[in-house]
Amino acid sequence: MAHSLPFQSLTQVADQLAAGQVSSVELTQAVIDQTQAVEDRVNAFISTDSVDALAQAAAADQRRAVGELLGPLDGVPIALKDVIAVRDQPLTAGSKMLEKFVSPYDATVTTKLKDAGAVLWGRANCDEFAMGSSTENSAFKTTANPYDLSRVPGGSSGGSAAALAAGEAIATLGSDTGGSIRQPAAFCNVVGLKPTYGLISRYGLAAYASSLDQIGSFTRTVEDAAIMLGAIAGHDDRDSTSFKTPIPDYRAALAEKKGPWKLGIPKEYFGEGLDPEVGAAVEKAIAFYREQGCEIKEVSLPHTEYCLSTYYIIATAEASSNLARYDGVRYTHRSADAKTVEDVYFKSRAEGFGAEVKRRIILGTYVLSSGYYDAYYLRAQKVRTLIRQDFLNAYQKVDAVLTPTTPTPAFKIGETADPLAMYLQDIYTVSVNLAGLPGISIPAGFSEAGLPIGLQLIGQPYQEADLLAIANTYDSTHDWNSRLPEL
Amino acid sequence: MFHIMGYSLPATHYSLLQKMNYEAVIGLEVHVQVKTASKIFTRVGQGYGFDENTLTDPVVLALPGALPVMNKAALDAIIKAGLMLDCEIAEVCKWDRKNYFYPDSTKNYQISQFDQPICNGGYVEIELPGEARNIMGEHKKIPLTRIHLEEDVGKLNHGTNESLVDYNRAGTPLMEIVSDPALQSAEEAYAYLTTLRTTMVYAGISDCDMEKGQMRCDANISIRPVGQEELGVKVELKNLNSISYVRDGINHEIKRQMSVLKKGGIIVQETRDFDGITGTSQSLRTKEDAHDYRYFPDPDLMPVRVDREWKERIAAECPERPFDKQRRFMEEYDLPYTITSVLVPDRDLSDWFEAVVAIAGKAQAQAVGNWIANDLLRELSAAQIELADSKLMPAHLAELVGLIKAGTITKQIAREVFAETFGSGETPTAVVERKGLKDDTNSYELEQWCRDAIAGNEKAREQFLAGKDGAINALKGPVMKASRGKANPKLVDETLRRLLAE
Amino acid sequence: MSETPELNIDRVAELARIALTPAEKAEYSAQLGEVLKHIEQLKQVDVSGVEPSAHAFAVENVWADDVAQAGLTAEAALQNAPAQRDNMIAVPKVVE
Ligand SMILES: [Mg+2]
Ligand SMILES: [Zn+2]
Repeated sequence: MAHSLPFQSLTQVADQLAAGQVSSVELTQAVIDQTQAVEDRVNAFISTDSVDALAQAAAADQRRAVGELLGPLDGVPIALKDVIAVRDQPLTAGSKMLEKFVSPYDATVTTKLKDAGAVLWGRANCDEFAMGSSTENSAFKTTANPYDLSRVPGGSSGGSAAALAAGEAIATLGSDTGGSIRQPAAFCNVVGLKPTYGLISRYGLAAYASSLDQIGSFTRTVEDAAIMLGAIAGHDDRDSTSFKTPIPDYRAALAEKKGPWKLGIPKEYFGEGLDPEVGAAVEKAIAFYREQGCEIKEVSLPHTEYCLSTYYIIATAEASSNLARYDGVRYTHRSADAKTVEDVYFKSRAEGFGAEVKRRIILGTYVLSSGYYDAYYLRAQKVRTLIRQDFLNAYQKVDAVLTPTTPTPAFKIGETADPLAMYLQDIYTVSVNLAGLPGISIPAGFSEAGLPIGLQLIGQPYQEADLLAIANTYDSTHDWNSRLPEL
Repeated sequence: MFHIMGYSLPATHYSLLQKMNYEAVIGLEVHVQVKTASKIFTRVGQGYGFDENTLTDPVVLALPGALPVMNKAALDAIIKAGLMLDCEIAEVCKWDRKNYFYPDSTKNYQISQFDQPICNGGYVEIELPGEARNIMGEHKKIPLTRIHLEEDVGKLNHGTNESLVDYNRAGTPLMEIVSDPALQSAEEAYAYLTTLRTTMVYAGISDCDMEKGQMRCDANISIRPVGQEELGVKVELKNLNSISYVRDGINHEIKRQMSVLKKGGIIVQETRDFDGITGTSQSLRTKEDAHDYRYFPDPDLMPVRVDREWKERIAAECPERPFDKQRRFMEEYDLPYTITSVLVPDRDLSDWFEAVVAIAGKAQAQAVGNWIANDLLRELSAAQIELADSKLMPAHLAELVGLIKAGTITKQIAREVFAETFGSGETPTAVVERKGLKDDTNSYELEQWCRDAIAGNEKAREQFLAGKDGAINALKGPVMKASRGKANPKLVDETLRRLLAE
Repeated sequence: MSETPELNIDRVAELARIALTPAEKAEYSAQLGEVLKHIEQLKQVDVSGVEPSAHAFAVENVWADDVAQAGLTAEAALQNAPAQRDNMIAVPKVVE
């Protein structure tokens, strides 16, 4: 494809940078120009710093000039969801609570990207503290879907998905607690990878639900996702939940691993509520895999219907505790009329948090409160065991599970006001977080109205190389990503 | 029954309790800071007396994105504490979040252990005061409920209109040692804390300096009619920040509860703050505003499994328990109780004692014990130095008692030598040589001094010859004086008797 | 779980330290009541003999050696403080 620089894949720009056909400053400037051209409509970023980005780009060019190329990310503009800490940069988590907060430290993924020479550019908008499925819960702005500005980009990493789709970055990072990377990726026609829990350090990721949160990437292609994963995966001494496992060359594995694969189709994911156009696109993808010689098997994930309830108990319980630190005392917004310490808490939190965050804190506090713990939280943890077991049973028979990413394409901004209806957005994605598995959403077509549709592949724990290869089988032979938004 | 063994309680409440036929039931919750280099869930340094907020990092401050990572040394320390106190060490333990808002807490939850603590059961052996200072008191074992590990909070400094928070202390590893409600008096609580402190210091787990907040105690106190099995309504007493305040506070609370009952009132379950200076207490909160801590397993931390090898490795590092050592010293070295109660509470001092005896021989143990308990401690305190900084080595003291035993120097001369060696580190033999302190008096000289002494005190001679044996002592002084203290007293005595009999 | 979940919003908001307006209380109670009704379905699951999962992949004994490292300066620690004095965080006087 011969798209303009901001719409090229990471692989493409990395090749041109390496060949000296383009400089990092030129590339970064092109991305900045594109951002300036569309940002008034897309609203993907909470903050940007072009001077800083160009300085990083110039440093990358200087390395290149002396032959010190750090790798494929060297000099490539990458935007981070505004829940990931970058030293001396603002970190808002989409919340008024952190409106003025400047991080004194780097997240581990930030350090890794810096070490890889990436140009850290733009802080992507998101639902406040990553709670939401539409990016409407940001305290600062509502991001629009580049493919239809009247629609949501998905969430909570909507800014990261929209920024990439609109050519405002070459790749972006998001976080996924219940589908927050895969669902916006599906809505915005990009690849969204949520790796296995523990593969990427969470150190420096403002926590929503600790046992479910995982950082992941948005890219234009599966190959780009493999490059990004190689750069940010790996054990971290600062995260006790980070897993010690060898990190293979994911990009090389794409060529090495050819299949044919055994793919499982869980019948529970193709029932009521699935939009016919989404269903049709997924069926076509299944047909494609079958043509490639893959064995398609029906599998059962019998506890699927309990995933959302389990998710909302565990996620809100953990969130109610994780967000207790935002209290008006040390570094957050403090209410101007706090006369007592209790005022500092009650008023600062009332003013600093938006409605969805308050709702989830209330729910999470309730399910943990005296007398309810066993009925809610403990039971949810047990059901979680059963949900994970469902997947492990399926993996006795198949290499990966294939499902739609979302029940419908992107919905209209303001359309889904009811929290429960919004929660149902995550119906196909939350199980993956509960089971801690890797999941990827790849572009799989468009609705008649021109809205992107995503296909989800769910892999085995820490087998990202396989998952990426399976996804690449489809992605490298389809060119949905060449259909750019009309902005 | 209410306990009274050879010591006296302040008359008022003992008699009141006894008169009404009531007994007190006390449980203690003791927090002990663990002496590690870094904090419990992050690697920034920990310590006391640093400038405000200079021992923090993103984890301590609970900045967005910060995550905890366990400190291995803190786990080693609590296992050691558990083994010292005969606890059962759990095979698996986990971390829980205790959720509550307070400005000294940065996360507004404390990482602690709720239903799976690392240590269960065990006991603290206590010694109650004996009938006299030189008589060992009764020993009892106070059963423990559990010991768990958790993180300390920051420190609040209260001004007139505002409170200022220093987070240096936040995240310091903290052991919470919970006793059964099994203590019966303030004296027992006092003894309990004394043993705990000695044990922790012995094992190198903590310095337990209550002034620095390294050991803190809360007491749960209730009273009930003797014979009643059910516990009375308990009152929690907080801020007991010295061992004496613990004793005073408990006595005060027992008295308060008794007088409430006597007036026909009822005891309310509450938390009270005891002021050690004024000796008064006031209610902080009642049960109605009790916390709902919403404990749940901390998803940021992984469980801990303690296998046999780990326990055995720590067991090998455990020192002998202080009371075991005291019993051994009394048996093995035939030391009197008073000497052991000076030596044993100080691990370094008792180790030093054994190092001397190892060289000097067990026969010298009592002499060595006396030298340490009297002379060494006096010199150390006069010089205001620690034993570790002393120039006097165990070999020196062994040499010194050897010189006395051999009759080379007298006990009196030995004092002078001791002081010299203590000050300079010069060996006792060298001091004796250099200063010519050896009893090198020849018999001719000694005989001449004795003759002079007898000739100079006719009255003493007559009294002695008249059968008053003690009169000989009056003759010894001049001889010792003439010999400048070097003469062997035994030889002087013999010589005088021989000459007097002439 | 009770038949009709009762969420005492006053008590829970108190525990969570969030001041809610009467309108917010009414709104959230209604919305969360719906969510709780949905969550009620969990009681249909037979969880007897099932171990709870606190982590998707629990690993034991994850720790670090006790080596002290430099942290933040007091200035960096307080750089985002809403109120400070004498290198400490200032809050309205705490009365226990
Ligand atoms: Mg979401
Ligand atoms: Zn405690």
